[in-house]
Amino acid sequence: MQLTNRSKQVSNKQMTFAERIYLPAIATGLGITIKHFFQKKVTLQYPDVKINLGPVFRGRHVLKRDDQGRERCTACGLCAVACPAEAISMVAAERQKGEETLYREEKYAAVYEINMLRCIFCGLCEEACPKQAIYLRHDEFVPVFTERDQVIWGKDLLAENMNNRYLRKAWTKEEAREQDIKGVEAQPRTQL
Amino acid sequence: MTISLDVAFIIKAIIILLIFAITLLIATYSTYAERKVAAFMQDRIGPNRAGPLGLLQPIADAVKMFFKEDFIPAQSSKWLFILGPCLSMLTALMTSAVIPFGDSIQYSSAPGKVWDVAVQAIDVNIGVLYVFGLVSLGVYGVMVGGWASNNKFSLLGAIRAASQNISYEISMGLAIIAILMMTGSLSIRHIVEQQHGGNWNIFYQPIGFIIFITCAFAECNRTPFDLPECETELIGGYHTEYSSMKLGFYLFAEYINMFVSSAMISSLYFGGYNYPGMDWVQAQLTGAMGEIAGHNVATLIGTIVFFGKSLFFVFFYMWVRWTLPRFRYDQLMNLGWKGLIPLAMINIILTGGAILFLKPLVMSFLK
Ligand code: SF4
Ligand code: SF4
Repeated sequence: MQLTNRSKQVSNKQMTFAERIYLPAIATGLGITIKHFFQKKVTLQYPDVKINLGPVFRGRHVLKRDDQGRERCTACGLCAVACPAEAISMVAAERQKGEETLYREEKYAAVYEINMLRCIFCGLCEEACPKQAIYLRHDEFVPVFTERDQVIWGKDLLAENMNNRYLRKAWTKEEAREQDIKGVEAQPRTQL
Repeated sequence: MTISLDVAFIIKAIIILLIFAITLLIATYSTYAERKVAAFMQDRIGPNRAGPLGLLQPIADAVKMFFKEDFIPAQSSKWLFILGPCLSMLTALMTSAVIPFGDSIQYSSAPGKVWDVAVQAIDVNIGVLYVFGLVSLGVYGVMVGGWASNNKFSLLGAIRAASQNISYEISMGLAIIAILMMTGSLSIRHIVEQQHGGNWNIFYQPIGFIIFITCAFAECNRTPFDLPECETELIGGYHTEYSSMKLGFYLFAEYINMFVSSAMISSLYFGGYNYPGMDWVQAQLTGAMGEIAGHNVATLIGTIVFFGKSLFFVFFYMWVRWTLPRFRYDQLMNLGWKGLIPLAMINIILTGGAILFLKPLVMSFLK
């Protein structure tokens, strides 16, 4: 059975003189490395340069609002049930009179917390949600945290900012290719 | 003589201090260059966070080294454990004393009296032997350190270092003998002076050069011959147990050795501070600036040329390191004993034959 076309027949024939003195091979090797020395570097200087990881990348969560800025979540708890890491917890509350501009449904999540140390970014919460309220952003990570109280994200961090809404132009690789969404988003620092 | 002895002394002292400082500086920045070269050859960028272009990286590394815990294993022989890196560093630094970094600096104390101070710490007439002696002493640093650590891996590394250095010193010496036969002198300055202009030894001794540079790699414990410390088999080899600045000394000594052996290569085979057209440059400079100033500027240019050559070989060390994989131990010994030593002997015979028969022939042709 042949898996690739790259297999080579092993030969045990005697090495030629040039092969035995090894120097031509060294010279070839030195040529290869020096060629790479002058080649373009592939490093992306990460915090300075960020690339688009594709439309299906699962980054940090966002609690979506609808077009009028109302929270979509109805605190049904399906995301918490679906979560394999048991990272989500919430406290439900009933919408009061006059709060119709804040919450879309009659029941809402007064507290909605995700423990970012437990979360494995599987995206099952996103799939479970019947209200299309929770999404994993494709463009942002959970930033590095250094303090314990930065680990659990509440609604203040999760809820969508209406001035800077999270919109996804493409939902699949193919769509991204059609719309020609390019890889590198930011420019590198001028340093080498 | 007595009047200007102190001026000569001051100039000499400045030269010695400069050589010391420059050697250390080059060794420091070799660590940076090594990382940059490695990165570039692997299509990476390398250190670039400390200072512009990462130029402060060696300083940051040194600070890190100093702040690490200086650990001495309980079962080690304490004094030998401390002595090891000191020996390595000492011998590495001492070798640069006999290398001629440039021609000479002239000054005149009284009209008509011109003093000549060589740009070299000491011009001993056995310079080559001195370097060899120190290089073979250098392996004691590794051996003492490896033995004192009381650790199997360190001991293995030390044994390897010792046997490797002994094996390769022989062929290195034999390679140099061919040069000594040509020049008839053990003084490195004489050897360099005989390569005036573009008349470099590499054109007469290509085989000797290949032998010498291979052995230099082995003596400096550089890849592809870095068996004494090969990380994959021996963790860190002889410096497994070392930490903090003692480890720093070992690593630093390696880079100093690298620079010194590069300087040796360029003075023995590539004409040291000689370059084609140097007479013309000197004539122009003396014509324009006067006898003494012109000579000094010409010396400076020669020194720069010398450093250029040496640094190229430092780069070559790195270039090879990131190209070739490590040799296996038996391959190393095979190459040393069955390859290089016979080759070096053949080279000596060929050189002797050329001196005996070819030289008179060429001379008679030229007449
Ligand atoms: S992404 Fe997965 S692990 Fe993270 S909160 Fe959602 S369901 Fe839980
Ligand atoms: S985010 Fe979705 S699934 Fe989770 S509680 Fe809110 S509505 Fe239910």
